[in-house]
Amino acid sequence: MRDFYGVTLPTPMMLGTARFPSPAVMEAAFRSSGASVATVSLRREGGAGQAFWDMVRGLGVHLLPNTAGCHSAREAITTAQMAREYFGTDWIKLEVIGHADTLQPDPFGLLEATETLCADGFKVFPYTTEDQVLASRLIDAGCKVLMPWGAPIGSGMGLNNVHGLRTLRAAFPDVAMVVDAGLGLPSHAAQAMELGFDAILLNTAVAEAEDPAVMARAFALAVEAGALSTASGPMAMRDMAVPSTPVMGKAWL
Amino acid sequence: MKIEVNGETRELAATHLAQALAELGWGEARVATALNGSFVPAAARDATELSPGDRLEVLTAMQGG
Repeated sequence: MRDFYGVTLPTPMMLGTARFPSPAVMEAAFRSSGASVATVSLRREGGAGQAFWDMVRGLGVHLLPNTAGCHSAREAITTAQMAREYFGTDWIKLEVIGHADTLQPDPFGLLEATETLCADGFKVFPYTTEDQVLASRLIDAGCKVLMPWGAPIGSGMGLNNVHGLRTLRAAFPDVAMVVDAGLGLPSHAAQAMELGFDAILLNTAVAEAEDPAVMARAFALAVEAGALSTASGPMAMRDMAVPSTPVMGKAWL
Repeated sequence: MKIEVNGETRELAATHLAQALAELGWGEARVATALNGSFVPAAARDATELSPGDRLEVLTAMQGG
């Protein structure tokens, strides 16, 4: 089983902390899903930071700070440095956003920031696309985890490019990969795990469900089902039917 | 001197970053700081001098995806 910079997670589910209707609902979603990583952010101090910090520490999960909203390598690097000090972890979910509408990563800024941060001892979780060449460059820069998107952040569309994700998974068998962004339904999460990904990261699909705690549980079950499927070696798909009931011994009527 | 704190202009008596945080009411708060776009570690705040027009960012934990 692939690990995350030496850390084996009890469950392959990472959950964001944003957009929940209340802190209590967020905590309930963590409890019901058993998510083992919480993504967090840094924003200008407006008075609520200390209470949030106390709450996320109380979740008892690994914290993965992000650089959400950064549009340049420089911004992302500074944010990562601040997050490392604040959250006391060298894990960083590195986002360098390239386009305001699609929130797709800027591959050039992402690589630049990754090179600087890896050299500075960060354990970088880069939010990337399914692009195999970019993935290769990120791995060369020192990444031992990749976070390819399923679809644009918050879109809920699921896995937009299954072929690309399958190719990426096969190209780097030793690298832990998390499908991050765009998942909307538990079946999307199961599909990601069936493709051999090591975990999923989701936020909006749970936080904006009518009942976030129950939806979080649904995702957890789907992730477990997908992981068990991958571990148990699925049958090969065929073009033609093959009877499952033995033909031999059938009555001649 | 006047500096920009989280996007707002503030008049401060402080000459160093650690003093500025205390003056702004964040002396004991858990925050991360950047001055003019560069990270300033907590251990360096005492020795970090401020200049008029500096841009100070004082960040804290927030929900994130």
